[in-house]
Amino acid sequence: MTEMVVEASMALALGAKLCRPKVCPMYPITPSTHIPEKISEFIFNGEMDTEMIHVESEHSAMAAMIGAAATGVRTYTATASQGLALMFELLPVMSGNRLPGVMSVANRTLSAPISIWNDHSDSISARDQGWIQLYAESTQEAIDTTIQLYKICENHAVLLPGMICIDGFTLSHVCERAVVPEQGEVDKFLPEYEPKVKLDTKKPVSIGPIAFPNSFMEFKKQQQDAMEKALPLIGKVHDEYAKKFGRKYGNGLLEKYRMEGAEYALTAMGTAAGTAKVAVDEMRREGTKVGLIKIRAYRPFPSMEIRRAAKNLKGLCVIDRHISLGYEGPVFTDIRSALYESGIKTSHFIAGLGGRDITAEKLKKAVNETIEGKDGGWLL
Amino acid sequence: MIRGLPEEELFASGHRACAGCGAAIAIRHLLKAAGKNTIVVQATGCMEVVSSPYPETAWEIPWIHAAFETAASTASGVWRALKMLGKEDVNVIALGGDGATYDIGFGAISGAFERGENILYVCNENGAYMNTGIQRSSATPYGASATTTPAGKKIPGKREFKKPVPFILAAHNSPYVATATISDVNDLYNKAKKGLETKGPCYLEIFSPCPTGWHSPTEKSVEIAKLGVETRVYPLFEIVNGKVKITKDVQQPKPVEEYLKTQGRFKHLSAEETKIIQQRVDEIWEKLKKMEEAGCRY
Repeated sequence: MTEMVVEASMALALGAKLCRPKVCPMYPITPSTHIPEKISEFIFNGEMDTEMIHVESEHSAMAAMIGAAATGVRTYTATASQGLALMFELLPVMSGNRLPGVMSVANRTLSAPISIWNDHSDSISARDQGWIQLYAESTQEAIDTTIQLYKICENHAVLLPGMICIDGFTLSHVCERAVVPEQGEVDKFLPEYEPKVKLDTKKPVSIGPIAFPNSFMEFKKQQQDAMEKALPLIGKVHDEYAKKFGRKYGNGLLEKYRMEGAEYALTAMGTAAGTAKVAVDEMRREGTKVGLIKIRAYRPFPSMEIRRAAKNLKGLCVIDRHISLGYEGPVFTDIRSALYESGIKTSHFIAGLGGRDITAEKLKKAVNETIEGKDGGWLL
Repeated sequence: MIRGLPEEELFASGHRACAGCGAAIAIRHLLKAAGKNTIVVQATGCMEVVSSPYPETAWEIPWIHAAFETAASTASGVWRALKMLGKEDVNVIALGGDGATYDIGFGAISGAFERGENILYVCNENGAYMNTGIQRSSATPYGASATTTPAGKKIPGKREFKKPVPFILAAHNSPYVATATISDVNDLYNKAKKGLETKGPCYLEIFSPCPTGWHSPTEKSVEIAKLGVETRVYPLFEIVNGKVKITKDVQQPKPVEEYLKTQGRFKHLSAEETKIIQQRVDEIWEKLKKMEEAGCRY
C-alpha cells in the first residue's frame, strides 16, 4: 500500500497497471491524454508487461480491443468525447460478442460548439450499447473502481465490457491524496482472466456471425440477462473489495450521504457528488433536512435501490449533466421511472454542461426550489 | 482439386456464396496456403455474410468479424494478444473486399502497416460494393456501370480510375505486396505462403470476378479472370521490400475489348471509352516495366 498525492488520470493508469492488461490499444484525446502517456511510460520503462498498440484512431482502438479480447487476453483503453463517439459503432460489437474489457472515460462534452470541458454527454449517449458504466467521484474511487470493474466484467455470468467514467479536468487533472494498493494484493483479488470462448487454433470458433430475425432477439435477451446479473455483482465485488482494502462507496451501486431523517435529497454522478456533499452539509447546518443519493452504477441502473433510498423523501432533486435534446435529462427520466407511483415528488435540473461550474450555491438553490414545489430548470 | 495443393478444405462447402463467386475460390485456396494454425479476421461484406449465418459457419479455423472497416485494426489486436500469449507462430489474416480495403477500412490498414503488425491483409478485389448491391468503390474500374455510377444518358459509368492500393501499401515499407488471381490458384497459393512467411504487414490482392455485379455468366468467372491478366487489365506482380517484379509477363496482350465484352457492366462503352481504358492499361504496364527494370524501390 502506497499513499501518495496523485493526479486522477495517473491514478487510473496506476489502477489499470495493477490489473495487468495484456493489450492496450490507445489513442490520445483531451482530457484523457495523461492516461495513455502514463501507460506508455510504464511500458517503455519496463514496468508493465503489455502490448501498447498506437492506433491511428479511437475507432481502431476499440476494434483492436475487440480483437485482443477475443483472442483471450485482458484489455484496457481510455478515451473521451469525440473519441468515444468515434468508437460508438464498435461499442455494441464488443458487448454483443460478450467480450470483457475496461475503458476509462474522462467525460467531456460533444461538439458543437467544440469544447474540451466536462459534462456527461459522451458516456450517457453511449449508455444503451451494452457496457457497464460506473462513475467515480474521487481519485481514490477511480483506482478502486477500475480494479473492481475488471472483476465484474470478467465474471462468466456477465462477460460484458465496462466504462469507468470520471469527470474530465474536474477530476482527471486534479491531484488528490490516494492509496495505491499493492500488486500482490490486487493479484489475489483479481486473478488472471479466464476467457470462456476465445480464438484458438486448437478449438476453432466463429465470433461475430450474422444473426437472422429467428436468433437475434435471443442474443439481446442474453445481454440483458447478463446486465441484470451484473447489478448485484457490482455490489458483491464492491463489498469484497471493501473488506480486503478497507474502502467503500455506499453499497457499490449508490452511496447515501446524510440520508438519515432527510425530507429532500439531491442525486448526482461523478464530481458533482462531492460538491453536493458540501451543499448538504451547509443546508443541514441551516436546518434543512436534506441528503444526497450519489449514483455510482448507471448501467445497469439500480432502480430498486434508488426507490428504497428515496422512500421517505418528500422530494428528490435530480441533477443531470447532459440533456437528451427534445426531452429532458436522461438520469431524470431513469429516476422518475424508478420512482413511478411512489408518490415522491421529483424535480429536475440541467447543470454543468460544457464545463460550467456546478457550485454548492447552485445545488442549494435547486434544493430550495424543490422544497418550494418547483419542477426544476437550468442551473446556468 | 488442383494438383499439388493440400486436399484439406478449411473453407467448408455449403456456404451461401452465389454461383461462380470468385471470392469464394480465392478464400478456399488462401486457406490451403495458410493451414490450420491460422486466425482469420474478416471485414463486413459478402464473404462474411455468406460464411457465417448463425448457427452455421464455413470456417474450420478460428474466425472473427467485428465491423466493415476493422479487419486490419481487429487483426492488430489479435496479433498483439498472440504475441503476449507466446503464440507468435499463428498466422493472422485480415480479409476484406475492395470496399473494406480501398475505402472505409483504408485508414485502419495504413495504421496497421505503419505499426508493422505481423498480419497478411488479403483483399478480394471485385471492383464494387457487391454485398450492398453493386455500388461504386474506389476500386471500380473506369467506365464500369455500378448502381451509383450507372451508365446514364449523360454520364457513361464511373469517371475515375482505380486507386493504386498495392503501391500505396508498398510505400508503407511493407516487405511483401502481391497481386494474384483466381485463374491461377498455384500462383495465388505461393504468394499467400510468401505473405504469411514474411514478417511484418503484407498485402495480397486477389482478382475475384463477381458474376452478380459484373453481369457475367457464372461459369465464366475463371476465364474472365484469366482474360483480365491476358489483356494486362489486371497485372500480376510482387513488390518485395519495395522492389517491383512482374510475375506474369504478358508479352502479347489481347486488346481490352476482349475482357470488357465478357461483362454487362461495360456493355455501354463506346469505342472512345474503350480507347481510354486501353491507354490507361498500357500506361500502367509501362510504368510497372520501368519500375521493374530500374529496380526502383518505394
